Amino acid sequence: MEPFRSVRGGGTRAWLAAAEASLLRSLVSQVMSLVEPEDLEGPGQSEDAELAALEAMVHGPGADKPPDDPVLARLLPDGYRDDPDAAGEFRRYTEPALRSAKHQAAQEMLDTLPEAGGRIQLTQDQALSWLKALNDVRLALGVRLGVTEEFEEQWGRLKQDDPQWSAFEVYAWLGAVQESLVQAMR
Amino acid sequence: MVVSAAPAEVEVPRSADNPVSDKPWVTIVWNDPVNLMSYVTYVFQHVFGYPKKKATKLMLDVHHKGKAVVAAGAREAMERNVEILHGYGLWATVKQDK
Repeated sequence: MEPFRSVRGGGTRAWLAAAEASLLRSLVSQVMSLVEPEDLEGPGQSEDAELAALEAMVHGPGADKPPDDPVLARLLPDGYRDDPDAAGEFRRYTEPALRSAKHQAAQEMLDTLPEAGGRIQLTQDQALSWLKALNDVRLALGVRLGVTEEFEEQWGRLKQDDPQWSAFEVYAWLGAVQESLVQAMR
Repeated sequence: MVVSAAPAEVEVPRSADNPVSDKPWVTIVWNDPVNLMSYVTYVFQHVFGYPKKKATKLMLDVHHKGKAVVAAGAREAMERNVEILHGYGLWATVKQDK
């Protein structure tokens, strides 16, 4: 990979190997299916984010409880901390739109990420979608791996043949990709 | 865009049992081990239009103190902030200032 850098005249660009592009596409797709609105799953439902948002409106407000899956609970957190009623009310009215927004950012990242890798060139808006989608992937992986502030030490304690070792490596790499994109967007 | 129960509260008659607080509402961002410091700073600049110095100070408060109040105002506006911050993957909540 060549890290993101800013392009004169606006936007950012990077270069990804085919294996890196395919890894990113796979991770982003997984998060995408996680955040897919629950009542819109299955064949015959709209893939288009705007249409999906409309369908969600027609279906009525969303759930009022945080998702059971800790990853999804982190991606769709409570809006109130010590007030379950307010948190439930907030979730009912915002979660469907939040799911759609996350789904859409992931889709925009996939649309600008060639399957074979190579040169990536992003407008500022596309880069913003990448930042959000990359961050959601890191949140998901971070929760699954139980990452703490002492990430380097956690990783260092693992043996290289530990099945989690390569997941930590991917997590660290994603952080580097996101960091280079943030710096390039400044 | 955000529908909340807030307007109803205004209609509740004031009484000793049920005082209508004038205290402002706040948007709080909580520390988490995943979000990059540079990213959090960027989000504060981008979402709130804060200058880099202020955004960096708020980010460091989140990092060192575990949380920071990043905005204050009407409840609806704070809920809108939280919805936007959740879109960025930040761990944000609304609270009435005490």
